[in-house]
Amino acid sequence: MKKSVLLGALSVAGVAAGVASAGTLDDVKARGKLNCGVTTGLVGFAAPDANGEWKGFDVDVCRAVAAAVLGDGSAVEFVPTTGKTRFTALASGEIDLLARNTTWTFSRDVDLKFEFVGVNYYDGQGFLVPKELGVSSAKELDGATVCIQTGTTTELNLADFFRSNNISYEPVPIETNAEGQQQYLAGACDAYTTDASGLASTRATFEDPSAHVILPEIISKEPLAPLVRHGDNEWGDVVRWTLNALIAAEELNVTSANVGELAAGTENPEINRLLGTEGTLGEMLGLDADWAQKAITAGGNYGEIFAKNIGETTPIGLARGLNAQWTDGGLLYAPPFR
Amino acid sequence: MTTISDPPTEQFRLSMLLNDTRYRSATFQAIAVILLVASIAYLGSNLAKNLREAGLDISFGFLSTPAGYDINQTLIPYNNQDTNLRAALVGILNTLLVSFLACATATILGVFAGVLRLSQNWLVRKLMSFYVEIFRNIPVLIWILIIYGIMTVSMPGPRDFRGENASASMLLDAVAVTNRGVYIPAPVWGPGSMVVVAVFVLSVIGVFAYRRYATKLLYDTGRLLPTTWPSIAIFFVPTLLAFFVMGSPIGLDYPALKGFNFQGGIKIGAPLIALWFALSVYTGAFIAENVRAGIQAVSKGQTEAAAALGLRPGRIMNLVVLPQALRVIIPPLISQYLNITKNSSLAILVGYADITATLGGITMNQTGRAIECVVLLMLFYLVISLCISLVMNVYNSTTRLKER
Repeated sequence: MKKSVLLGALSVAGVAAGVASAGTLDDVKARGKLNCGVTTGLVGFAAPDANGEWKGFDVDVCRAVAAAVLGDGSAVEFVPTTGKTRFTALASGEIDLLARNTTWTFSRDVDLKFEFVGVNYYDGQGFLVPKELGVSSAKELDGATVCIQTGTTTELNLADFFRSNNISYEPVPIETNAEGQQQYLAGACDAYTTDASGLASTRATFEDPSAHVILPEIISKEPLAPLVRHGDNEWGDVVRWTLNALIAAEELNVTSANVGELAAGTENPEINRLLGTEGTLGEMLGLDADWAQKAITAGGNYGEIFAKNIGETTPIGLARGLNAQWTDGGLLYAPPFR
Repeated sequence: MTTISDPPTEQFRLSMLLNDTRYRSATFQAIAVILLVASIAYLGSNLAKNLREAGLDISFGFLSTPAGYDINQTLIPYNNQDTNLRAALVGILNTLLVSFLACATATILGVFAGVLRLSQNWLVRKLMSFYVEIFRNIPVLIWILIIYGIMTVSMPGPRDFRGENASASMLLDAVAVTNRGVYIPAPVWGPGSMVVVAVFVLSVIGVFAYRRYATKLLYDTGRLLPTTWPSIAIFFVPTLLAFFVMGSPIGLDYPALKGFNFQGGIKIGAPLIALWFALSVYTGAFIAENVRAGIQAVSKGQTEAAAALGLRPGRIMNLVVLPQALRVIIPPLISQYLNITKNSSLAILVGYADITATLGGITMNQTGRAIECVVLLMLFYLVISLCISLVMNVYNSTTRLKER
């Protein structure tokens, strides 16, 4: 079954690649819809809500790009992808953009021929265990059974972590987060490992989240980044600078509430350039002058998107931590808009 | 008077390719072949062109780089620093293991169910048709999920075995059934155990030799030797004697709860059980129908003639009906074996590390070599299926009706 899907994707790739190379930006404009790859369901990052509408941190990146390009944040076709299918979907042209908490690594960037446009969440891999196990450190997991999503960097980190600490484990490979959650809750594995943000999100959906702890060890660097196909630089620029616009907007205190007001013109030339009242940044990207304004209106600036989907007031309850602005001691640092 | 003269030799004209029935079929076949070759060539060149444009090349170098991931069931020694090729080999062995187990179980199940479907007993007959209809009309994928779900949800976890008043306990203190798999005692081969094994192998050969001798004696002299009890005796007595004479060299390593899991013994993982069981019962239902068809294809006169000779029903089935039915049963049975092997690629669904999960799953994802991995996968399944066909076809030719 898996094989036939892949072969189908390959043959589609054969037919579609010729079209896709014409320029993704033009394709998206002509189609009037952005095809955006997201997870099959990770609450807070990308999951359909009770009305079937996609909501989440990654989803808002898709919506911002759609708003910047098409002027409409709802002109997005969300394509759920698993850890296994995501790269094929992007390479084949089935999706224009993959925003699916994907770790930026050398080999994916260079060998798989993708273009990571910038980090939207600095993460690290952690372990989730039931409190009743009495485990307080990942190094005590010798001999444990660990659920792990296949086709992810976490799979390799896990192997490295246990090898370097000279302890053993038994992997239980699973396909999707939902499946992992089910296996973990059924006790088929002692621990569940994935990015710490994903663990927090998964735990938030449990019946009794307080019965489970995330161990203190963060065993890897997981810079999660949206990515596009390598070689289409115009499209890569559009996505990269849309993400940067969201980050810069937070730094400049431009929010979805005051963006309309600020777009009338301000004292700050950088805000003016960002919102298109000064300079021709939008035109250089091949977009309207108010592209960033639309992107910010769609879901808010980076800080708003974070607070709304995964921030401390949500059930997921993630602190900004590394994902604070550089002015607040975090790692978010958008290059200047000029 | 009639004169016989050659018909006038007709000149070949181009229009005859379409109008003349002698040439028309050849014309259409030629057109079909040309279209087929052209479309394959188009797809191939398209693939090559797109790969070139994307800057990708076809290379199998990734097979010799370290795999970097761990596998939960390995029949050969493996760790995450071994190569992708070795990981693929682990997957191949796991595929072969589950295919072999499922083929054997499905055959036994299928033959029983098929024979019993023709039973005179109303209840047995109806029960068997219930089994066949339920299992073959629900996709095997669903069965795998159902059985795995039952295993993981309803079986106790290793934690339940802990403590004074544990909610779960081991069967006979030797077998632990958990939601991660079944742990059974493993044999420990002490010094001298090889003698016991050798005696065991010899006694198995002895059983066959004795039965052969009994048959020969029956055919030559008409004397009927008892076979059941001597067979059982030859099978057990020498081995047991050797076991005690050598001073019980084969011990048992019992599984025991240590840390998070049971340690020691042999673990039969829940994924393997789910896959094995689901493939067996699903394909067993199809085989049951093949067996029923085969038996019903043997003319009723054969049964009646055998009964007239005074043979008992069991003997009629074993000596008269089944040998003839096999001719009809085996060709579709080959297809069922091939189906089991190919359906075992659903293993990743329950986290069983078969070749599709290792080479076609994790390796493909981590290296991004989709085309290479899929080509290798197709080659593997093709080769293994052809091998099964070959072996079964040889067997088929031995059971074929021998025309003299």
